[in-house]
Amino acid sequence: MELFLGLITGILFGFFLQKAEVLRFEKQVRFMLLKDLTIIKFMGTAVLVGMVGITALNQMGVIALSLKATNVAAIIMGGLLFGVGWAVAGFCPGTAVGALAEGRMHALWALLGMLFGAAAYAEAYPVLAKTVLTWGDYGKLTLPQVLGVSPWLIIAAFVAGMLLLFWQAERKGL
Amino acid sequence: MKKYLMMAQWSPYIAGALVGVLAILSVVVTTSVLHKAQYLGASTTYVRAAGIVEQVVEPEHVAQNAYFQKEKVKVDWQMMFVGGIFLGALAASLLGRTAKIEWAPPVWRERFGANPLIRAVGAFIGGFILLFGARLAGGCPSGHGLSGNMQLSVSSLLALVFFIVGALLTARQLYGSDGKGGL
Repeated sequence: MELFLGLITGILFGFFLQKAEVLRFEKQVRFMLLKDLTIIKFMGTAVLVGMVGITALNQMGVIALSLKATNVAAIIMGGLLFGVGWAVAGFCPGTAVGALAEGRMHALWALLGMLFGAAAYAEAYPVLAKTVLTWGDYGKLTLPQVLGVSPWLIIAAFVAGMLLLFWQAERKGL
Repeated sequence: MKKYLMMAQWSPYIAGALVGVLAILSVVVTTSVLHKAQYLGASTTYVRAAGIVEQVVEPEHVAQNAYFQKEKVKVDWQMMFVGGIFLGALAASLLGRTAKIEWAPPVWRERFGANPLIRAVGAFIGGFILLFGARLAGGCPSGHGLSGNMQLSVSSLLALVFFIVGALLTARQLYGSDGKGGL
């Protein structure tokens, strides 16, 4: 059942990614050059809808959150490394598989690189776990916890910010 | 319905909203059926897949590695999810007639030429760096960018900001601000 649910969810996700064209190398790189904000429109809307549902269901006690540790040094270093690789490859781990499916064969080399990168990380992990991953580790935190406000206030601010961004993006034809 | 499935593209707002609904449904359904919330994510699958490949050559090495022990080398929900992305994108591109064989994308060709070998080297190096970085940061644009930010997670907002900072700076170096070649 676990595997079946994963497959169905993935098929739908891949379908939506492809129809939104966010799998494309062009869309990703042109976003990084701030010439096309399709990726932001797609991700922003997904997060907007998701955060309302997840927050409501969590408050009702229907679902639990699954947060990742706030180890600041690792996130900054890893985040920047990811960004560098993302710009060179033009794909990310989720989109590369879909890009290959729509015939963008060069995604195959990116996927191969990702497998080697994952293997290298596994080798480096014992050292990283004792060093970088412990630097500035604040554990699992949410924005409402840190700011001491209602999650709905943060969601309202996020909605307002995204709508402003979408409006500007459409106005400028990005 | 058929008309929409066969469209070449959808508005990113519509597709994004559908992904938001899908993410919520996935958490609700996996919580009730599997008793474990499955949030969307992709990058850990590459660790498990690398482990599965390495097991063929050196099973003891994989068994002893702390990271493989932590993430468990097996086919799980997320690996099927990543496999599903392939099938879903394949179906969408065939229905919309947008599938196209391409060995070097246009923006890349303008800057680095059409040689598929040069593109292969670039894609491989980029893929290597980005996955190493994603695991160090604890996730990729799916796990952190989408799922983490939906949960208002501090780590995910921080990660997404640095993903974008790294990407913007690098793209500017590679392609220049006019997209025609940089430094």
